[in-house]
Amino acid sequence: MIPANFIYHKATSVKEAIALVQTHGEEAKYMSGGHSLLPMMKLRFATPEHIIDISKIDGLSYIKEDGDFLKIGALTTQTDMEYNALILDKYAIFSDAIKLTADPSVRNVGTIGGNIAHGDAANDQPALMLAMRATIVAEGTDGEKEIPIDEFFHGFYMTALEPADILTEIRVPKAKKGSGGAYHKVERKVGDYATAGVAVHVELDDMGVCQEIGIGLTNVSAVPMRLDRGEALLKGKKITEDLIEEVGTMASEDCEPTSDLRGSEAYKRSIVNTITKRMIRLALERAQH
Amino acid sequence: MFKCKTSPEVGGMGHSVKRKEDARFLHGKGNYVDDVKLPGMLTMVMVRSPYAYAKIKSINKEKALAIPGVLAVITGNDLAQYNLHWMPTLLSDTQMVLPTDTVMHQSQEVCAVIATDRYIAVDGAEAVEVDYEPMQAIVDPFKALDEDAPLLRPDKEGQEDNQIYHWERGDRAKTDEVIANADVVVKERIYLPRIHVASIETCGCVASYDKDTQKLLVYLTTQAPHAIRTVVALVAGHVGLSEEKIRIISPDIGGGFGGKVPVYPAYVVAIAATFLIGKPVKWIEDRSENLVNGFARDYHMDCELAATKEGKIQAFKVSTLADHGYTDSSANPSKYPTGMFSICTGSYDYEHAFAELDAVYTNKAPGGVAYRCSFRVTEAVHAIERMVDKLAAEIDKDPALLRLENFIKKEQFPYDSPLGWSYDSGDYEATLHKAMEMIGYEDYKKEQAEKRKEGKLMGIGICTFTEVVGAGPSKDFDILGIAMFDSAEIRVHPTGKALARFGTKSQGQGHETTYAQILAEELGIPYTDIEIDEGDTDTAPYGLGTYASRSTPTAGAAAAIAARKLKDKGKKIAAHLLEVSEEDIEWEVGKYFVKGAPEKSKTIQDVAFAAYTNIPPGMEPGFEATHYYDPPNLTFPNGAYICVVEVEKETGAIDVKRFVAIDDCGNIINPMIVEGQVHGGLTQGIAPAMYEGIEYDDEGNVLNGTLMDYLVPTAVESPHWETGHTITPSPHHPLGAKGVAESPTVGAPPAIANAIIDALAPLGIKHLDIPITPAKVWEAIQAHS
Repeated sequence: MIPANFIYHKATSVKEAIALVQTHGEEAKYMSGGHSLLPMMKLRFATPEHIIDISKIDGLSYIKEDGDFLKIGALTTQTDMEYNALILDKYAIFSDAIKLTADPSVRNVGTIGGNIAHGDAANDQPALMLAMRATIVAEGTDGEKEIPIDEFFHGFYMTALEPADILTEIRVPKAKKGSGGAYHKVERKVGDYATAGVAVHVELDDMGVCQEIGIGLTNVSAVPMRLDRGEALLKGKKITEDLIEEVGTMASEDCEPTSDLRGSEAYKRSIVNTITKRMIRLALERAQH
Repeated sequence: MFKCKTSPEVGGMGHSVKRKEDARFLHGKGNYVDDVKLPGMLTMVMVRSPYAYAKIKSINKEKALAIPGVLAVITGNDLAQYNLHWMPTLLSDTQMVLPTDTVMHQSQEVCAVIATDRYIAVDGAEAVEVDYEPMQAIVDPFKALDEDAPLLRPDKEGQEDNQIYHWERGDRAKTDEVIANADVVVKERIYLPRIHVASIETCGCVASYDKDTQKLLVYLTTQAPHAIRTVVALVAGHVGLSEEKIRIISPDIGGGFGGKVPVYPAYVVAIAATFLIGKPVKWIEDRSENLVNGFARDYHMDCELAATKEGKIQAFKVSTLADHGYTDSSANPSKYPTGMFSICTGSYDYEHAFAELDAVYTNKAPGGVAYRCSFRVTEAVHAIERMVDKLAAEIDKDPALLRLENFIKKEQFPYDSPLGWSYDSGDYEATLHKAMEMIGYEDYKKEQAEKRKEGKLMGIGICTFTEVVGAGPSKDFDILGIAMFDSAEIRVHPTGKALARFGTKSQGQGHETTYAQILAEELGIPYTDIEIDEGDTDTAPYGLGTYASRSTPTAGAAAAIAARKLKDKGKKIAAHLLEVSEEDIEWEVGKYFVKGAPEKSKTIQDVAFAAYTNIPPGMEPGFEATHYYDPPNLTFPNGAYICVVEVEKETGAIDVKRFVAIDDCGNIINPMIVEGQVHGGLTQGIAPAMYEGIEYDDEGNVLNGTLMDYLVPTAVESPHWETGHTITPSPHHPLGAKGVAESPTVGAPPAIANAIIDALAPLGIKHLDIPITPAKVWEAIQAHS
């Protein structure tokens, strides 16, 4: 539980942070809240020689609607989001997820950007990002870039971010009439990573026909997973109970869980089936109100 | 209910006074072992084995010693020069301090790195190169006795297989005969998994040897400082550590639960290190080291319960396989290798019982700690309470009614149990009736019937347990030959304030408050005027420590009797002051007065002052008393717990809707502290029932050695605990008290398990071993549909 030696650098701006990483190369690692990185360092699974602390950079903590998007600064803590009036009022899917993420002391420090940039399919936010078809904004040596979420997650702890890139903003579609989302995960106890989790975002037209649908799955695959088949089935249709049943079955078939201490593969597939159906129903209910 | 004899200001028994120790804990001013910092102190970190069973081919210290700040790497061969590489366990087995050639379980201590600071010490531990030759570990205890199983302990003379001992109690032939002829026999193999106490504070010590005074001072997270001092003298006497030169100080302890009774190898290494280096050495266990080493439970129990077709219990038989890991380091009284397991006949009146147990070696960590239970009572209670429910299901009888019809009646006490205990007192019917009323049992039975018609899964579980605590009478109970008495020493100062010292050691039980309340009850001195001191072997009277709910039954009794000795002396002083004969003096709390003339009185404070200033001729000055209490019997707290659950068929999710716990722990010293004890204990009861269990793979690797995967429940997982009491005083304890801390840990798991299994009964599910998780429930439902 004692990390190996490292040198701590505190960056005061994105440019300074990028410059520090360029100076120290592969042995440098960004840290925002540190609540994924520090446990790995304490177990000596990760032994970066340089920690570039970006948590004190000004101007990267905000939640605002701007044009067609809800924009969230990457350094916004989960607690900031938990108690944000805009989120509480219009973005229930985030409230669902944050309440189930770790515990208050972690959420006080852990950031939304870190939760996504860590590239861990066990984290909760990636599934939400997939469901909402988020755009990830990052700044690197060549300036700012926008990465569609479907191009973001590459593998276990691997993302589209280059070593010097800093995730700066998350953009999701602005809530509007007919849109709604929901997230739930089954966990063994409070603060646990998901046994399985499902995020659903829907947008209905005035006739109740599904215009947009996103379904993201947590911790049932090596890489955060989109339920493509389920989305394709529902898009452009009026979502009926029969269709929901069918999508639940697809989710249980398409996810890729492994048996571990959280349960058998069969149990997890069953859980995915159940939660997928429940979250579609809840997202629909929210979209209709 | 109990009627208070003292005013709230005096704060004797029955008052829910606030805990005196809480100010320092709440303000972060507790003094735990890791807070101890001595000049020149070094840090020790253990290198631990990645393998469950392996030969050590070599240990290369060079790279570690090359790190600036690393001062020493101590191996088993280094200790062997002083014959300190093995140590005896409390139950006459032997345990490696550090190995010379073989490691026997994953995470076993392999060698120790001593450095100037902990960061450097961990770097040093990483740099030690150990060359292992892994061997096939024995993980499954049922395979330990196979013909072709490797002999794990060839070091032990005469050891030809992996059996440690066979134990039995009761009449096997008669019990078998009754079972063979019974109308109904229910059978089950019940496993109580290996779990860990997971106290907030891990284990640790600071050992400091002064070469000039030849004194060894050890700050140690121990529940039994005096016993440890004697053990150190016995283990290390041959290198010159003699008992009068050893001082153990047990500072504030952040939870013990039995896990801080044993002597862990690192303590011995730290003592050896300070002895050799001449500087203080601190060792603080990290969380994973704590979680992987030491354990409780791990009993596989084959149970048979026989009854008439009407449900009159006739006989109980249980044959147990106990997995002790590579050595039997159980912290039990010497004559009780299986602890108090023979309490397994429970709260019921029947004649025939037989219990036997075979203990085996495996390649797992040693332990056998009595996790918040009086030596294997949790296992025993789980066995009988599951089986009683199974019998009820088998003959389709209400499990509450079945229990009521089989209870030992209150007029049968003292009751001699079939396996040899003499239960002191109880009113089991009243306790269960109170629990049934409080939860609304009959209403829940109706609701359950309705829900079942709708296909919903709802269960009601009962546990009516009898505990056996307060070890113990010296004729039967000893640890390393030392009788299990305990002690109190009271000094009342001239101003009427007091200091009292005890042989026990609080780890959160609230002794600083409850002992003061006992003395306030007996002497009338306000509890706020009484300081309680424990844990320093140089100052406290000798005692066997705090575990097995023994503090109130033993040291609490010692306090009462020592106070009564003082009261007798005070009576003589009061007679002298009031110029009457001793026979004319009467006592009411806090005051002596002349019979028939209550206006002529002297307070206990007046008398204390006189003991130092105006002593009756011929009397020894001072106002002090000491008592070493040897209990005549154990105490038998009991309770009735009822739990209501709902289970979701689709996901296996378990919702504990209600939990009512009625405890009978005799007279109560501080109701608020008892309430807190029960809440904590119930939470540590839901833990193994639904969450905890140390998991191993086939190679003997621990799969859940961090708190991320070893699931200690929190307030969020805890249902709303509803508590209550019946009071049946212990007839032999001076205060009529019994001890309570462990009852809820013992009683909660079977109540929860019985409720969940009852919920699943319509599907044909008859038993599940704990922990009963949603995943396990889901699998069971699939297998039955």
